[in-house]
Amino acid sequence: MSAQQEAAQAVESYAGERYKYGFVTDVEADSAPPGLDQDTIRFISAKKGEPEWLLAWRLKAFERWLQMEDEEPTWAKLHYPPIDYQGACYYSAPKSDADRPKSLDEVDPELLKTYEKLGIPLQEQEMLAGVAVDAVFDSVSVATTFKDKLAELGIIFCSISEAVKEHPELVQRYLGSVVPYSDNFFATLNSAVFTDGSFVYVPKGVRCPMELSTYFRINAANTGQFERTLVIADEGSYVSYLEGCTAPMRDENQLHAAVVELIALDDAEIKYSTVQNWYPGDAEGRGGIYNFVTKRGACRGANAKISWTQVETGSAITWKYPSCILQGDNSVGEFYSIAITNNRQQADTGTKMIHMGRNTKSRIVSKGIAAGRSDSTYRGLVRIQPRAEGARNHTQCDSLLIGATCGAHTVPYIESRNPTARVEHEATTSKISEDQLFYCRQRGIDEEDAVALIVNGFCREVLQELPMEFAVEAQKLVAISLEGSVG
Amino acid sequence: MASRRTIPFDYPASGAIAAALPGAGLPWLDALRAEGRRLSADGLPSTRLEAWKYTSLAPLAALEFAAPAADSVAEADLGPDAFDAVDGPSLVFVNGRLSASHSRFDALPQGLRIVALAEGLADDPAQVEALVGGTAPLNGDPMAAFNAAFAADGCIVETEPGAEVQEPVRLRFVAAPGGEPLAYHPRVIVRAGAGSRLALVECHEGPGGAPSWSNPLVDVRVGEGAVLSHVKLQIEGEGAYHTALTKAALAGGAHYESHLLALGAGLARHEIHVRFDGEDADCQLRGGYMARGSQHVDNTTVIDHAVPHCESREVYKGVLDDTARGVFQGRIVVRKDAQKTDGHQLNRTLLLSPKAEIDTKPELEIYADDVKCSHGATAGEPEADQLFYLRSRGLDHRTALALIVEGFMGELLGEIGHEPVRAALAVRVADWIGDAV
Amino acid sequence: MLTIENLHATADGKPILNGLDLQVNAGEVHAVMGPNGSGKSTLSYVIAGREGYEVTQGSIAYQGQDLLAMSVEERALSGVFLAFQYPVEIPGVGSATFFKTAVNAARKHRGEKEYDAMEFLKLIREKRAALGIDDGMMRRALNVGFSGGEKKRNEMLQMALLEPTLAILDETDSGLDIDALKVVASGINGMRAPERAMVVITHYQRLLDHVVPDKVHVLSSGRIVRSGGSELALELERSGYAGLGLESSAAA
Repeated sequence: MSAQQEAAQAVESYAGERYKYGFVTDVEADSAPPGLDQDTIRFISAKKGEPEWLLAWRLKAFERWLQMEDEEPTWAKLHYPPIDYQGACYYSAPKSDADRPKSLDEVDPELLKTYEKLGIPLQEQEMLAGVAVDAVFDSVSVATTFKDKLAELGIIFCSISEAVKEHPELVQRYLGSVVPYSDNFFATLNSAVFTDGSFVYVPKGVRCPMELSTYFRINAANTGQFERTLVIADEGSYVSYLEGCTAPMRDENQLHAAVVELIALDDAEIKYSTVQNWYPGDAEGRGGIYNFVTKRGACRGANAKISWTQVETGSAITWKYPSCILQGDNSVGEFYSIAITNNRQQADTGTKMIHMGRNTKSRIVSKGIAAGRSDSTYRGLVRIQPRAEGARNHTQCDSLLIGATCGAHTVPYIESRNPTARVEHEATTSKISEDQLFYCRQRGIDEEDAVALIVNGFCREVLQELPMEFAVEAQKLVAISLEGSVG
Repeated sequence: MASRRTIPFDYPASGAIAAALPGAGLPWLDALRAEGRRLSADGLPSTRLEAWKYTSLAPLAALEFAAPAADSVAEADLGPDAFDAVDGPSLVFVNGRLSASHSRFDALPQGLRIVALAEGLADDPAQVEALVGGTAPLNGDPMAAFNAAFAADGCIVETEPGAEVQEPVRLRFVAAPGGEPLAYHPRVIVRAGAGSRLALVECHEGPGGAPSWSNPLVDVRVGEGAVLSHVKLQIEGEGAYHTALTKAALAGGAHYESHLLALGAGLARHEIHVRFDGEDADCQLRGGYMARGSQHVDNTTVIDHAVPHCESREVYKGVLDDTARGVFQGRIVVRKDAQKTDGHQLNRTLLLSPKAEIDTKPELEIYADDVKCSHGATAGEPEADQLFYLRSRGLDHRTALALIVEGFMGELLGEIGHEPVRAALAVRVADWIGDAV
Repeated sequence: MLTIENLHATADGKPILNGLDLQVNAGEVHAVMGPNGSGKSTLSYVIAGREGYEVTQGSIAYQGQDLLAMSVEERALSGVFLAFQYPVEIPGVGSATFFKTAVNAARKHRGEKEYDAMEFLKLIREKRAALGIDDGMMRRALNVGFSGGEKKRNEMLQMALLEPTLAILDETDSGLDIDALKVVASGINGMRAPERAMVVITHYQRLLDHVVPDKVHVLSSGRIVRSGGSELALELERSGYAGLGLESSAAA
């Protein structure tokens, strides 16, 4: 039996147990008062027992952020009321059991219906809905199984807080090396206040035998708001990382500003897949998550490859451009995206491919689907630097509109400074044709299923980039996200 | 915020210039100019503005402009006429003011009316007010604000309903800078009456040497079922700045085609806004740009499908050599009720030099579901396969390259219906290739 | 099984069917022939329930039920199958996926257990072998880039999978070479059964060389003007529609 199969089996046998007990361990229920100043940051840092250099870095970021008052991005096609950054909480402990629903009976039935449709087991539903469970999490079993397996190969996979303690040299070397603390308004805010996230290091020549996933993460509660993820693939290594979950997760914090940094050295490959299904708000968009994410990967070495795949269906506001900096010669960047907006959702998402090395290649496939009164925008930059001899880019952006009250937009930026480079961009906008619907219905498929079928076909190129089990869930998610958009 | 989005720019003695403009004292015109001055007082748009992201006017802002002298220059100074083989009425503007001695627009064909703006303001201001006073608001068009504030001359070209004008109306704008930088802001108003046919040929030219800034605003309305063909050749010298805005509004069933060939000026921006006001109209925007040295050429277009059942076709192609930089920003907006819109857009650029740069931003903004819209963009050097094929037939590299570039640009010119006009542009393209390759 | 009485229908406000009567019993194959614009396709769309066609008068009873009161998918689920003249392309949707979705929708409707992937694969292998459809076509997106012949064979395969009670074949023979025509014809003949009725809509007689109908109807200006046995088709072949005093009209 391969290591991968073994690992998978181990996961399955523990899966039920894990959800029964939930994730949360023994974090003290301490919170910082709303507002953001130096003291807040010192509090967060102290709470996490961080070394001085990290506190200094956070403070530097905060200093910079204060000067960025008028740099909150306005170019995106997003409309939302001004965010009161001083009104937000930057460190809050997990909710105490007293505040949580006692059982699924107390949970919004709409949410439960969705879980049902996605085929999520009952125990997992409890976990996702934040139901209080009184058993103490036995973190040892699941965690050790994986850690042992991974440790054998020298792979480090832990929370970033843990990495700061256990592997400070790696964190210090790479943190902020792809997304500097001064990068942009939201990334700078994240640098100052990030609470937790994941850390992955894959050593030279190692092929990580399993999909690493936030699914298996320990202490994952409450890192959603200002998450910080760092993935390093050393020379010749490979890792596939899955982020998020198809099930809608409730979060009391409206403002999310995550940062993800990927580093791929010579001949290394990182595959990063995301399913984002944060709470989109009600039909009028009230209460939904504002999701401002900075994701960027650097192909530092020759022949490195970074591939982003995302399925974005949640959040009221999505502002997100997973990018690749193709520094190494022959390095490859990929971006596969499905963005679905319904009701009042707004998504402005895309990618940046910065070609610096020779013969670098990038491929962008974006599928935007807008329904209801939503707006979906693809915004992407392809930049060919003067040294990028022989660089190639191909971009395909397709938009599908469902109904006459939504908007789908395509805003590509192409900057080419090398004549040997070839950049190609194609975009189309269409709707589901009456002919297609009639054909499906004539075969006995009802309208809603027909729409789901056609939309999944439209998204196929992207869905097939997802790891298998994720892809199946994602297809269901596509259908659910569009419910009520026809007829 | 405003300070970051504009570049401070002292337009010299603006008050004095304004006082000396024709028509001063007419209340409506004073108000329009005051509004233009107010909106332009912040300065020139900076690259922080999304619409100006790739084109910096900082070098222009650094210049100190003198007010152009009101007198015209002698025939010999104008240089050869690019369209001398084209018949029809012609208006010649030198430094932005009509040169009566060079212009011929008497004995016009039936149904065609041409009024020079400054003259018109003196002779029949009410008639000019009816047309100029009703132009679109200036908000959001920084360069239009300058034009509104400082336009000294220009013309009105009008066809009566049903008029079929055979020969094109030619508008020639010649820069004749003296020692000091000079700026001018011609205002052109075109009104094609319902069912009429008209062709317009703009030419912007001038010698090298001292800097000049030409900031024309061309305000076009194509009436119901009318057909307007609008050709523009832009060949100013290296010291020139050219910032043009063409606004075209199309009534139902109208057909508007724009053929642009941009070869000149150190920095040129051609902004075209087309708005469909009536159904079943169509527009074709075809633009060619060829730049070398350190030229910067910017094509920015907005096609606003405000009503259903309209069709737009847009093709911009360019060739960039040396350290030239090209910009293409093409936006197609399909509004909520503009069902059955059919919009296609293509931008292709050939880069001939390792230092040349193209920045392309095609943009679809779509709010209606029953539409067909697409855009495409490519950039790169000429295809190796094509070169190889031609060379395998015995052509040397230079000849093969010239042939490819000519073919590449030729596709655009082929669409121009008026043969002498097409030929005049083809000569310019061939000359450019001859110099480059 | 199918009783159409005095059917009047309009498309885009234009009258196309003008008092059409047709009676089809179980086990029968009827051919409806007619010149271009006589209303053939409209008849098939009205039976299938396509939007854009308005029935202004008359009735269609199917197995004793009012067919016109049923939605498109209700008709399909109760056994009405339309083989399209122009099958629709659906990019990205694999043919096999589509068939499985349709077959399972029908099974679910009948209260039968839905097929899993393996069962379905077995079923489809049987059916497609008979029609000479290779496995490659199953993996391609539905009708996308299919040749005319492939599209029509694909329709026949779906008919075989869905086993309808009433099949309407709208110009299934158009655009086929003789080999493909034979495949399609054998597909149709293979489906003939005592409990099943078929209506073959065609412009030409040549399909009827291979599929011998029980009855032939001539449609003109939206009504049946002649009915007879299979010999009527041969008569038409000899004398043409003009020989019957019928001209093509403009409407589709």
